[in-house]
Amino acid sequence: MSGHPGNRGEHVVGEHVVIVGASLTGLHAAEALRGGGFAGRVTLVGAEPHPPYDRPSLSKRVLAGRMSADSTGLPQRQDLDAHWRLGNAAVALDRDTKTLTLDDGTALGFDKLLIATGTRARRWPDTAEAALTGVLSIRTRDDALELQARLAARPRRVLVIGAGFVGSEVASVCRELDLDVTVVERSAAPLAGALGQWAGAAAGRLQRGHGVDLRTETSVLALEGDADGRLRRVRLSDGDVLDVDVAVVALGAVRNVEWLAGSGLAIDARGVQCDPFCRAVDTDGRPCDDILVAGDVACWPHPLYEGLLAVEHWDNAVRQARVAATTILHGAVRAHTALPTFWSNQFGVNIKVVGVPGRADQVAVLQGSVERAAFVAAYGRGGRIIGALAVNTPRALDAYAEMISSRMSFPPDLNAADAPDPIRVLDLAVPAAG
Amino acid sequence: MRVMVDLARCQSYGQCVFAAPEIFEISGREVLEYDSAPSDEWRLHLERARAACPVQAITIGPAAGPGKDDGQPSTVRPAADSMGVLR
Amino acid sequence: MSKSTGVDSRPVSVSDVSTPRAELFARVLDPASRANPYPIYAALRSEPVSRQSDGTWVVSGFDEIAALLHDPRISSDLRNAGQPAGGQSLIMQDPPNHDRLRAAVMGRFTPEVVESLRQGVHDLVAGLLDAAGPGTRLDLVEEIAYPLPVSVICKLLGIPPQDEARFHGWADTLARTLDLDPTMSREEQDAIDHAFTELHHYLENLVADRAEHRGDDLVSGLLTGGDHGEPLRGEELLITVRLLLIAGHETTVNLITNGMLTLLRHPDILERFRHEPDLVVPMVEELVRYEPSVQFRYRAALADIEIAGTTIPRGSVVVLLLAAGSRDPGHFTDPDRFVPDRLPNEHFGFGGGIHYCIGAPLARMEAQIVLPELVRRLVNPRLTMDPPPYRPTAALRGPRHLWVEVDGVRP
Ligand SMILES: Cc1cc2nc3c(=O)[nH]c(=O)nc-3n(C[C@H](O)[C@H](O)[C@H](O)COP(=O)(O)OP(=O)(O)OC[C@H]3O[C@@H](n4cnc5c(N)ncnc54)[C@H](O)[C@@H]3O)c2cc1C
Ligand code: HEM
Ligand code: SF4
Repeated sequence: MSGHPGNRGEHVVGEHVVIVGASLTGLHAAEALRGGGFAGRVTLVGAEPHPPYDRPSLSKRVLAGRMSADSTGLPQRQDLDAHWRLGNAAVALDRDTKTLTLDDGTALGFDKLLIATGTRARRWPDTAEAALTGVLSIRTRDDALELQARLAARPRRVLVIGAGFVGSEVASVCRELDLDVTVVERSAAPLAGALGQWAGAAAGRLQRGHGVDLRTETSVLALEGDADGRLRRVRLSDGDVLDVDVAVVALGAVRNVEWLAGSGLAIDARGVQCDPFCRAVDTDGRPCDDILVAGDVACWPHPLYEGLLAVEHWDNAVRQARVAATTILHGAVRAHTALPTFWSNQFGVNIKVVGVPGRADQVAVLQGSVERAAFVAAYGRGGRIIGALAVNTPRALDAYAEMISSRMSFPPDLNAADAPDPIRVLDLAVPAAG
Repeated sequence: MRVMVDLARCQSYGQCVFAAPEIFEISGREVLEYDSAPSDEWRLHLERARAACPVQAITIGPAAGPGKDDGQPSTVRPAADSMGVLR
Repeated sequence: MSKSTGVDSRPVSVSDVSTPRAELFARVLDPASRANPYPIYAALRSEPVSRQSDGTWVVSGFDEIAALLHDPRISSDLRNAGQPAGGQSLIMQDPPNHDRLRAAVMGRFTPEVVESLRQGVHDLVAGLLDAAGPGTRLDLVEEIAYPLPVSVICKLLGIPPQDEARFHGWADTLARTLDLDPTMSREEQDAIDHAFTELHHYLENLVADRAEHRGDDLVSGLLTGGDHGEPLRGEELLITVRLLLIAGHETTVNLITNGMLTLLRHPDILERFRHEPDLVVPMVEELVRYEPSVQFRYRAALADIEIAGTTIPRGSVVVLLLAAGSRDPGHFTDPDRFVPDRLPNEHFGFGGGIHYCIGAPLARMEAQIVLPELVRRLVNPRLTMDPPPYRPTAALRGPRHLWVEVDGVRP
């Protein structure tokens, strides 16, 4: 249970930092504050009843039943001496009085606020269909627990709606469990949004090679249930009707920003806008010294990329949390300029990505071979390298991060010993800048 | 005791697998998997794994969250003192 | 700037002689610098990528080394820099051939294989220390550090005990081939060629024998192949086995010797270690950071590489000065201080990237067994000569002898 503000006699002096969102970002920010010598009060407010846990394993080992949801709790590096309010959502922010309102009516004052409320799974748009038993998404521990139980009950067929990373990982687990799975993707290939058409096509071959019934350029017309409200069938745009007991809605994430309505902060679908030091920006474009943003809920200007960047990756959450803590402790001295980077494991393959391949206009394999499922592909935009994808070559990526940071021209002349001969540069459909 | 590997840093060197095969495993060619809540009996092995990781991607510590000492003065030794669990 | 510590007060400091930056690496190679090359490294680090007058490029900053260890424009095959072929072993090769050979070894060099050697290492250490008593003066190199790793590798490879002595001789001679040493004499070269031929014949027979009678040793394993590695045959197998012998020998000798030397120079830490033997776990990492067996590795640039405000031209010889990176104050607090439980400790002691040391788990296990035993059994050990005499090679750096006086050897 969360304690009471009153029992903290030894820390009445000093500032009070309130962190809203008790997950990866919140935990790492609290650690970084204490690690940086912060001696004031720290309060973590989290809507979920659980202390911080590891989301990435939810769609991987937990789903596969190889790890219990209870084991996902994250370790803490050091004593946080924090005050936890779990199971409490923040519902309003008043910047003038520096007060939060929680869903139980508590008013919580702060000196500094860190907004780390992340995202939630996008729901299936048809509310009646979304309410059918067996229609699920996967963002939280409780989601994963339920889906794992349903997979363990060996459904006739699993439907995965959306072939992004989470959807593809769910499909991978289904195949690992030897379950029939249909993946429906509106675009031409899985992972295409993040990695472009070319890598998406390769991912599609990987999925099909593992027995996934992958249907691209296809959409779900209707989810149909029985009299008891249980999902039974799916109607697809290709005319097929499939018997399914479980549908996993993997259509991406929505930022948890509604509670900030009326706060005067600059917010849109990409999240809460902040400056490179994680200071929230108000609707007049001014950074607020006392309100910070980090993790999946944030968007900010990155020196290497046009517009605002919103990154939903583990690594970014951790790094941005540390920058936010630095700003709280020392002011605007350390900018968040880390390159986006993330990993995914699916179908026995290690995928690592650095930069923003989704914005590229060209791609080229520079090392290894796609056929042998071990390669590095670099992505370019406007003649500069902006991203790289390493498949089963996790030791290669650091060098590419370096090339991206130094804005090397694309394709870079590497003369790598394991370069394909010839190196073929492929054009990609140019996505709009963020 | 909880373990977390920063898989964005991890380069699948597999040194942790040598140090603590009870906890870490390379599955497939390059995919690291691990038991994030291992039993205390593997503590020394876990320390070996953390020390051996070439990119220092392994964090060990008590589960985060409100403990019985929530709101009380520090009782948990900072993990930065690597020998804390060995003493 | 490096902090002044006990180490810096020993001979060879750059401040006493003003060496032009482009000559600094020549001073690293000079045997006179062997006892304490670190001030030269610190001087080099002020320009982390530095062209030397002989045309080599010395990389001494942590970030720059880390980047180049992973860079596809960097080759381990020195023919790409106009150097003679360094041999065909995987340590001198690039992908995809390197990866294939490495996968073959890794497929059989498993945690179980390393673990199966643990008791043997304990027994060997006990035997060596038993043999060292009851005198009051011993050479830790000759009597402990030198015999151990070869015996362990012989066990790994399944070499019959009666043949081990010959391996000691070969390993000794061939250790020098890991270095690109321009000062090597004709006689030394002949001795190396001779050892190569002998070892080659021996291994040929061994492999032929194992091909007939598979055992659970590594040679049999390599012949059979593993999960993700194909079987090795013929010349490739011989060369790979030879590499394991060479790469795992002097490196481990130096780790043990540098370990004891460092502990004897830090009596307070030695005392703490005596009561806290598990300190050895992080301490081994700190040892290979602070006094690394492998000080630097040579590479070739396959393309122009822009780094740290300069460009290493294609075809250059590149020196990755691992030992300098592991003491970069930009990456480590108090880098010149020996902190046995340093955390985090992301060092280059075992290299990094695709050539990361294959034998590191074995080397760690050996050191984690031998160091606590030495400290437990040697009664009141004292250095009799500091600095001790060093072997000539700069890349594989370690004492030739490490004489200590003891009041006795505990059972
Ligand atoms: C299934 C899955 C798999 C993933 N796999 C990978 C992967 O392989 N690689 C990778 O790099 N990344 C992966 N990620 C992404 C990674 O988990 C996120 O980037 C990370 O969790 C972001 O952390 P965060 O703390 O910013 O946000 P979140 O983890 O979303 O946490 C936000 C927290 O805030 C709480 N909250 C929301 N609103 C309120 C409120 N009003 N008041 C109080 N609390 C509130 C929420 O309940 C939640 O607990 C994955 C994510 C998921 C869901
Ligand atoms: C303390 C002991 C040891 C140290 C400090 C050490 C250090 C190193 C270093 C720095 C490298 C990288 C070389 C490069 O990048 O060019 C390396 C590679 C290698 N080491 Fe070790 N080593 C040790 C023990 C061993 C042992 C015991 C073995 C074998 C049983 C071994 C086998 C190898 C092999 C085969 C390689 C080449 C790997 C490759 O090229 O992919 N080493 N070692
Ligand atoms: S030792 Fe470190 S880098 Fe290697 S697999 Fe384990 S966690 Fe990953």
